[in-house]
Amino acid sequence: MSLPAIRVCAVTKHYGALQALAGVDLEVRQGEFFGLLGPNGAGKTTLISALAGLVRPDGGTLEVMGHNVASDYRNARRALGVVPQELVFDPFFSVRELLRIQSGYFGIRGNDDWIDEILASLDLTAKANVNMRALSGGMKRRVLVAQALVHRPPVIVLDEPTAGVDVELRQGLWAFVRKLNRDGHTIVLTTHYLEEAEALCGRIAMLKAGRVVALDTTDNLLQRFATHSLRVRLAEPAAGVALGGAAGEGGWVDFAFDSYADVESLLARLREAGAGVQEMQLGEPDLERVFVEVMQRA
Amino acid sequence: MPEMRESALTGFRTLLYKEVLRFWKVSFQTVMAPVLNALLFLLIFSHVLDRHVTVYGEIAYTSFLLPGLVMMSLLQNAFANSSSSLIQSKITGNIIFVLLPPLSWGEFYAAYVIASVLRGLFVGAGVLLVGLPFVELSFAYPLWILVFALLGGAILGSLGVIAGIWADKFDQLAGFQNFLILPLTMLSGVFYSIHSLPQLWQDVSHANPFFFMIDGFRYGFFGQSDVSPWLSLAVVGVSFVLLAALTLAMLARGYKLRA
Ligand SMILES: Nc1ncnc2c1ncn2[C@@H]1O[C@H](COP(=O)(O)OP(=O)(O)OP(=O)(O)O)[C@@H](O)[C@H]1O
Ligand SMILES: [Mg+2]
Repeated sequence: MSLPAIRVCAVTKHYGALQALAGVDLEVRQGEFFGLLGPNGAGKTTLISALAGLVRPDGGTLEVMGHNVASDYRNARRALGVVPQELVFDPFFSVRELLRIQSGYFGIRGNDDWIDEILASLDLTAKANVNMRALSGGMKRRVLVAQALVHRPPVIVLDEPTAGVDVELRQGLWAFVRKLNRDGHTIVLTTHYLEEAEALCGRIAMLKAGRVVALDTTDNLLQRFATHSLRVRLAEPAAGVALGGAAGEGGWVDFAFDSYADVESLLARLREAGAGVQEMQLGEPDLERVFVEVMQRA
Repeated sequence: MPEMRESALTGFRTLLYKEVLRFWKVSFQTVMAPVLNALLFLLIFSHVLDRHVTVYGEIAYTSFLLPGLVMMSLLQNAFANSSSSLIQSKITGNIIFVLLPPLSWGEFYAAYVIASVLRGLFVGAGVLLVGLPFVELSFAYPLWILVFALLGGAILGSLGVIAGIWADKFDQLAGFQNFLILPLTMLSGVFYSIHSLPQLWQDVSHANPFFFMIDGFRYGFFGQSDVSPWLSLAVVGVSFVLLAALTLAMLARGYKLRA
């Protein structure tokens, strides 16, 4: 097996009394599109910061492409591109100046061809010579993406890149990130838009209070947790509840089932019980339900 | 791959270039303003005191004053450069752009300090140039002048790195500047020869490393000073080495930068 793109072993980090990371183990394979999900304060940014060397863990080890982020920091950082969650920028420079400087920090000179390519992909060409201060929030976020890519890192981590970004740009951004992934880059993504994660990520880790509470392929998570659902409005809701449904407002009752074959027998049993089906809706399993369930169980 | 050249020093050189560009782009505030300030000092003091005071016997007060002002401006601006750059980057958060790349702490330190020294030298040279028409000044030992200018700038640049990393807010940095840097420079003999002070204050001045920076610097101009230039060089050199070691240790431990 080839080297993992990211390896996190037993990483802990506390801030005062707060345990931000409580022993995280994680491996992301090369070429994966990996999702890191969790509620606010779960420790996603802390984990990413530890990976980037911005935060020193109390214990455990982190590696990027096999390079320890502490003892072999030069190679680890060369292998990693991070798009930070906060919208930070240096107001002294134009977009192009900034990207040239960022290339230089990574030891690269004469990087303009690649910079032009990134700018074009992120629809920033027209803004290349504009000062950072004069960009809109969404444009600044795209510059953050560009900055993370100047050194062509094999591993790219995006910490909520679509917060505050309009729909069109979000789609453009995902198309671009998908292309990077197809070109062989490993992508790690955090987002609170679960449909995005579901559509993009092949594998997902869910974090809660500094622990990994679920780690599996997106498909498995969808199957394992959120089964399909059938919502029916009943004349006699009590009869539905007696058959294992969960009562909602206005006579609606929810049933969970694993495969469509179960629907037939369920409907038959409702008829036998005289529940009186008045309306019916089918729900596909989605990541949001998985997420809610995982967080409740954990 | 298209022309992408990597070299070990490029990271360091880029950070240095960025730090120099940062003050150069606003040189009106960072270089011209301090030069004007020093010129005002010179004009006011020369008007008030020149006819009455001489130092080391025959040196006119303004001639004595000018190197002091040059050094004071150099020191203050070297401090201002690294400290303000770091605290701004910390507060706006863009410090991460220099923390994410594969730069070592030595490169980080050297880039910030050298940029500070350069700003100090620009300002110092500016003060000297605009002051020269007003005073008679000799340049007895240019090498001593340069050595003390470089070491003084490096010391204050290091102090600026420490202060910029330590301070979380602008007013903490202002406190560092107003309660440490400013008194130490003002009481270092910029405006007077410490031989004109009572014995007690002479002794106190000798505990101030800034005194040795200015005294040694002045020796380069007049070939005369309050203490031997070798003593000054020793004090200033040791101070620099200690401060550099302290700053590097702070950086290596990630103090406040890599929490
Ligand atoms: N520098 C810090 N000092 C003190 N506490 C911190 C610091 N950084 C993070 N924390 C705390 O650590 C916990 C994890 O924070 P983190 O930013 O990693 O969460 P997150 O999963 O990224 O959340 P979000 O979805 O809101 O971005 C939070 O409780 C946060 O308050
Ligand atoms: Mg976060």
